[in-house]
Amino acid sequence: MSESSPILEARGLVKTLGGNRVLENVSLNIGRGRVKVLIGPSGAGKSTLLQCLNLLIPPDSGRVLLEGSEIDARNRRELCSFRQQVGMIFQDFNLFDHLSALDNVRVALMKVRRMSKLDATERAVAELTRVGLADKAALYPANLSGGQKQRVAIARALAMDPKVMLLDEPTSALDPELIGEVLAVIRDLAQGGMTMILATHQISFSAGLADEFIFMERGRIVEQGSPAELLAKGANSRTKAFCAKISELTGEADAEFRQ
Amino acid sequence: MNFSVALSAAHDSLPYMLGGVGWTVGLIVGAMLLGLCLGVPLAVAQVYGPKPLRRVVGVWVWLFRGVPILVQLYIFYFGLMSWLSSLPGLGGLGLDSPFTAAVLSLGLTSSAYQSQIFRGAIQSLPAGQLKAARALGMSDRQAIRTIVLPQALRLSIPAWSNEYSILLKDSALAFTIGVVEIMARMRAIASTTHEPVSMSFVAGVIFFFLTWIGVKGLTLLENKVRIAGYTRQGAA
Ligand SMILES: Nc1ncnc2c1ncn2[C@@H]1O[C@H](COP(=O)(O)OP(=O)(O)O)[C@@H](O)[C@H]1O
Ligand SMILES: [Mg+2]
Repeated sequence: MSESSPILEARGLVKTLGGNRVLENVSLNIGRGRVKVLIGPSGAGKSTLLQCLNLLIPPDSGRVLLEGSEIDARNRRELCSFRQQVGMIFQDFNLFDHLSALDNVRVALMKVRRMSKLDATERAVAELTRVGLADKAALYPANLSGGQKQRVAIARALAMDPKVMLLDEPTSALDPELIGEVLAVIRDLAQGGMTMILATHQISFSAGLADEFIFMERGRIVEQGSPAELLAKGANSRTKAFCAKISELTGEADAEFRQ
Repeated sequence: MNFSVALSAAHDSLPYMLGGVGWTVGLIVGAMLLGLCLGVPLAVAQVYGPKPLRRVVGVWVWLFRGVPILVQLYIFYFGLMSWLSSLPGLGGLGLDSPFTAAVLSLGLTSSAYQSQIFRGAIQSLPAGQLKAARALGMSDRQAIRTIVLPQALRLSIPAWSNEYSILLKDSALAFTIGVVEIMARMRAIASTTHEPVSMSFVAGVIFFFLTWIGVKGLTLLENKVRIAGYTRQGAA
């Protein structure tokens, strides 16, 4: 399958934070319907990369392109419209604590997309239903479990009709028994054709979804390729060594997603 | 001191003393609102603004916290406002009234204190929410208005209620430039009746009730806008 023109592309991203070179000339691109999985040790720069990709963190240099056109971060209108099209899921959910689940999903539809309250409500309910939370619409974040919060966050992002989703360790803050419900939603998204870049330590789960693994270390992409290739028996990849270490640590928690 | 004389003097003074309540309430409502309307943008500027703006806010806060209200009352009443109202086109607007000068000095001082209340509340919010709002395509202005401030203002109510009771007591200084609020009336009537103790007792009781009503009202407001399970650290 040929890589059609990429939806999202980053060229030569460099970022220094607090004197550390956190991203060292990182380039990547992702085509429609693709799933790329970012792996690598903590501190490798995965979160920074994902936030540079939607310009939540402005890179020191480098370019970000959506469907071939470069985003000018200094143009606020362009920046906001770009971010609308790139869904972002955070490790610690970042729900709006003063808003119900419904309003969390609805607020940007009304404020950013200027939908009427009626239309926004209809859309928000549909997204909450999609993540299995229609009956929790009236609850506030404080009364939702971690897994439910993350599913609300996913519904909130999906409601904006993103062209690509960036997920930053969406299950890392969850108790083990709640991870499954979030992974199930992510799997549905992938199977529905959503374009995604996912940073995760859920190796066997993501091996089943990913078109490509991207292994990062110290701000660089050090390996990339299909999971089959990188994790093949007898393969001598950094990725494989890292994954072996991870599954040793997490063991069974991950095993139920082996396909 | 004859107790029944004092009591009847207090009783007779009530209508006149209560006539000052309107002025006192006018002063604190005006000053609280002025402080709120300035304090919120000051706080937002201090947290999110560019460095030069943050400096300006810092100076503002430092200035209005540092200069005593009594000094400000004199500066505003005898200086600035009477000068302003002498300018062509600005006469006859009541700018030179003692009430205007008092609302200004109390309100500007309160804006300095209120801005620090709001700033603390804004900074106590988890930063991730602003990120999430931006990630959804909200402008900073939208994010601050719809995500940050509704939470920060809720968190500010207890401190705001404290600010109210301080302001109420500070408002008594307005008598020095001739606002006929409760304190001014107490002094006037005490000198004609020679019953300073019972008059100050009446004034004290009135101030106490105004404090009580305001604090009670704000507690009711706090409960009314409370969000299920919400704690200072967000969803703990
Ligand atoms: N605001 C910051 N100031 C200084 N260093 C930072 C900052 N944010 C992240 N870093 C550093 O950047 C590196 C990459 O961080 P991050 O992108 O969070 O990695 P990952 O998500 O892969 O764990 C880490 O070494 C981290 O300490
Ligand atoms: Mg991270």
